Amino acid sequence: MTTTTCGPSSTAATGSAPAVTGSAPAVTGSAPVAPPGTRERTQRRVRDGLGTSADRPDGTPKVTGAFAFSSDLHDQRMLWGRTLRSPHAHARIVSIDTSAAAAMPGVVAVLLAEDVPGKATFGLEHTDQPVLARDVVRYEGEAVAIVAAEHPETALRAIRAIEVTYEPLPLLTDPAEAATTDPIHPDGNVFRTLPLRHGDVDATGDVVVEGTYEVGMQDQAFLGPESALALPSDDGGVELFISTQWLHVDRDQVAACLALPADQVHLTLGGVGGAFGAREDVSLQVHVCLLALATGRPVKMLYSRAESFLGHVHRHPARMRYRHHARRDGTLVKVEAEILLDGGAYASSSTAVLANAVCFAAGPYRVEAARIDGQVVRTNNPPCGAMRGFGVVQVCFAHEAQMDRLAAALDMDPVELRLHNALKPGDAIITGQRLTGTAPVREVIEAAMAHPLPPDPREDEPAIALPGGAGLTARREDVRRGTGIAVSIKNLMYSEGFDDYSTARVRLETSPDGEPFATVHSACAEVGQGFVTLAQQITRTALGIERVVLHAADTGVGSAGSTSASRQTWMSGGAVQLACDTVHHGLLERARGVLGVPDEPLVLEPGRVVDPATGAEVAIAQLLRAGPLEATEEHHHAPTSTLDADGQGDAHVSFAFAAHRATVDVDPDLGLVRVLQIATGQDVGRALNPRAVIGQIEGGIAQGVGLAVMEEILVEDGLVRNPSFTDYLIPTALDMPSVAATLIEQPEPGAPFGAKGVGEPPTISSTPAVVAAIRDATGKALTRVPVRAQDIAFGEAGAIPPTAGSTSAG
Amino acid sequence: MPIARPTSLDDAVAVLADDPAADVLAGGTDAMVEISFDHRRPRHVLALRRIDELRQVTTTSLGVRIGAMVTYGQIERDHATLLPGLAMASRTVGSPQIRNAGTIGGNLGTASPAGDALPWLLAMDAEVELASVRGTRRLPVAAFVTGPKRTARADDELIVAVHVPAMEGPQHTAKLGPRNAMVISVACTAVVLDTAARQVRIGMGAVGPTPLRAPDAEAAAAEAIDWDALRADGTAIAAFGQACAAAASPIDDHRSTAEYRRHAVGVLASRSLTRCLAA
Ligand SMILES: Cc1cc2nc3c(=O)[nH]c(=O)nc-3n(C[C@H](O)[C@H](O)[C@H](O)COP(=O)(O)OP(=O)(O)OC[C@H]3O[C@@H](n4cnc5c(N)ncnc54)[C@H](O)[C@@H]3O)c2cc1C
Repeated sequence: MTTTTCGPSSTAATGSAPAVTGSAPAVTGSAPVAPPGTRERTQRRVRDGLGTSADRPDGTPKVTGAFAFSSDLHDQRMLWGRTLRSPHAHARIVSIDTSAAAAMPGVVAVLLAEDVPGKATFGLEHTDQPVLARDVVRYEGEAVAIVAAEHPETALRAIRAIEVTYEPLPLLTDPAEAATTDPIHPDGNVFRTLPLRHGDVDATGDVVVEGTYEVGMQDQAFLGPESALALPSDDGGVELFISTQWLHVDRDQVAACLALPADQVHLTLGGVGGAFGAREDVSLQVHVCLLALATGRPVKMLYSRAESFLGHVHRHPARMRYRHHARRDGTLVKVEAEILLDGGAYASSSTAVLANAVCFAAGPYRVEAARIDGQVVRTNNPPCGAMRGFGVVQVCFAHEAQMDRLAAALDMDPVELRLHNALKPGDAIITGQRLTGTAPVREVIEAAMAHPLPPDPREDEPAIALPGGAGLTARREDVRRGTGIAVSIKNLMYSEGFDDYSTARVRLETSPDGEPFATVHSACAEVGQGFVTLAQQITRTALGIERVVLHAADTGVGSAGSTSASRQTWMSGGAVQLACDTVHHGLLERARGVLGVPDEPLVLEPGRVVDPATGAEVAIAQLLRAGPLEATEEHHHAPTSTLDADGQGDAHVSFAFAAHRATVDVDPDLGLVRVLQIATGQDVGRALNPRAVIGQIEGGIAQGVGLAVMEEILVEDGLVRNPSFTDYLIPTALDMPSVAATLIEQPEPGAPFGAKGVGEPPTISSTPAVVAAIRDATGKALTRVPVRAQDIAFGEAGAIPPTAGSTSAG
Repeated sequence: MPIARPTSLDDAVAVLADDPAADVLAGGTDAMVEISFDHRRPRHVLALRRIDELRQVTTTSLGVRIGAMVTYGQIERDHATLLPGLAMASRTVGSPQIRNAGTIGGNLGTASPAGDALPWLLAMDAEVELASVRGTRRLPVAAFVTGPKRTARADDELIVAVHVPAMEGPQHTAKLGPRNAMVISVACTAVVLDTAARQVRIGMGAVGPTPLRAPDAEAAAAEAIDWDALRADGTAIAAFGQACAAAASPIDDHRSTAEYRRHAVGVLASRSLTRCLAA
């Protein structure tokens, strides 16, 4: 177990030395991880191998501004593409007149739905979204026409010159009405209904608590807007440089819509400025390729910020009704829940998001029985899909509020109640699936609670550190402090029987200066998570060399799957490891030949292969004189099954757990909040790069705090009211708490290196922890996130009395 | 597109006399946003950055003259003692980058209901100095700001400075938004106590079409304050907040609700007054 404390904020030091930024984090005891799977292993450590906080290869360029994001893509001959979008949330297209636009000097192409040569629709799970709307638009911002022009301003004028006559149609914006309203799409208004029945569904408890909860629409708010460059290729196909999360699934959708064979569509990853789920779906991919093929010229597209907000999916808003049953001693008897997710106009990954919401509706607790009814529906609201936490964020907010209600009803400490019911290895979750891997739920809770609380308020504290921050709205005596805890369970990898895999190619050779180096070729999308670092670390450790070069991520190698579901360390890290193993094996074969010891178990050390019996050795460089060694391997995870009619089945590969304890200062009169500290314990399996893990934890917490107190896409009558960073607020440095993190390292059986994915859990339980802390400070019920100032200032008092830990400052 | 970059005020007003439709560019933190959003398409720009005389803060026996091109950063760093309330308000504006570029003149030029320098200027009874080839004139801030993003500036006039009368007494500004920094005002108050004249004055931002005063609240508070001890009882302070809230005319929009804004401006008014009295 390793502990690190880090703090962007000076107001809440936790006693230990700040770590993370710049230098190596203060993580101790994390020995480099030996690669499993080979009998003969690297005995000595290679520099910057697994388990170290190796630097990111793209770190310096990103910090100095030299890194090329996809928005920097450029070609001398390129045109600029632009999209005409619907101003209506639901309307019939009566007519489209492109003549004025097409006649404008500098406009090279104006394309409509009828110009799409292949499949008219795309989609991740159901291809229900038109590439360009033909007769109906179903959400504000739906693409209607695309243009290519010599200059971006000309392209902008051209889309304005396109005359579209719309006839507004009745709006379906209330998800509760979707199932019973006339279909707004030929595929109907219900994406998925998922019932789950577990145990004795008629069981009742001594104590019953109920609540209704709501989660608003969060946006991924990445900083690098959608952008791409498409070039027609000589074979009639297209070359696309794109920032995305999954190159191959983009390629397949582009190929289908362009009516091209997949091998004529070649994708290369452009520099990605954040993703968080919003780049899983196709946005401009098909459009930009269509324009390139139609014009025979390279075409660049770059969304404006407002367009980006309309052009990608968001987190599903949720309405949830919960009832928890427990015995007097706190043992959970049954969890009942109705979960309604608003999927917006098109399916995206709605069906999988719902499965997660239903499977994890009870949280990381042992429950004898469960009756869960989930539904995700179509409306004329913006389409929703993947976002960090993927369906679990919504239910975690509800089940954790319920646990606090239950603790209050039982007059029990909320931490005690959670420990009492915490899942352990061997327990089953409500889908009936047993936890065959590690499940340190107790450990993550205890680790979060073990961190010292932030120091008590001081008189000489700068006023800017209080709720309201730079606005100087509060005095110390206006402020109350509160703490809250929340715990989460998240599945890792894709679920429900999907045969997920990743491919990697590793080539080992010598450079002209005689030094051996390896090239790793993977289509894994680096979206900031650090796969580029990890691929190098794995290869260094596995092959005993320091120089590892990364081939550009492209479709010239097999699929790596999506950078989502906390899966790339496990899946693509595993693929790199398998490929390294094969190369490693080849090296040892050659060494046996050179050393003349056909049966000896040899050992790979940094730079050489050694025969431990005799001490004889041979340099890797020498072994490579016979030519490079190369291997391409696919890594599949253990198979999963589908969920049956009762939502039962071994649908998930692995699970990760996290606990967050939040400490907040609240100005109850004005309803303003300053989150002081988040202390967390996180189940990481093994920390392969401790600094990278801490980076994920801090970033995830920022996003969780954002959902707790400010981040929401405001939609009124289907129209987005705040498509800008002026009005869609994300935390600033003054809103970010200090973070005290403990990594629980229990190697996960079956996981490459024992490492679990770490990207999503920090986002999930940080939100309910912050809201619990605000409840603690104010006594308000606060059943909706984000919590707005008026919810605190005017909100109903809640059934959740302050815990013993709460203090009233001043 | 021609860009005039005069180095003197005379040359600058001559440009505007020639072409009153020229767009004045100060720090550009509002103007560039409008251009990016295509809300404004300048044909001719008059850039003020090279006119040194607009960057000065000068004191006279009557008060302080703040040049139109003085930035929030300058006020915060160099003039916090001279202009305490404005320094507090300046600290609430945007990010350090915005405060290094954004100017007081630009805040007046934009005249947003949420302009953060305006409530304090209003509370101080400041006057805007305007210049053109026709001469100069001074207008009280209340007369200068005529509506949301509307001012009494004639097209050929330049905002040259804002004059703040000398005043003894404590000041406090508070600005509220749904984030702890870098946020557009949802409610804002600037309270100044003129201890010589025994007056309380408040400017309220983001709770009406223009920054507002609350004359009834001010008068009642001035009555209630023990000016020798600089004290007032809790009831009077609470009543001040209520009267200020009553004087506000906020709206519902995507940033907040009218109800919350009215409540918040009352709380801020009471707290600002309390802080002035405690100072
Ligand atoms: C990210 C960001 C955050 C912001 N945060 C805040 C905030 O917290 N609070 C706040 O109040 N504002 C904020 N603003 C708005 C802006 O920074 C201020 O209004 C600033 O004072 C504008 O000054 P400027 O010098 O940049 O003006 P400019 O943008 O150059 O000009 C603004 C307007 O005034 C006119 N103008 C400027 N100077 C003169 C003059 N001397 N004579 C005649 N007309 C003139 C211009 O023609 C233009 O119409 C923010 C802006 C941004 C981009």
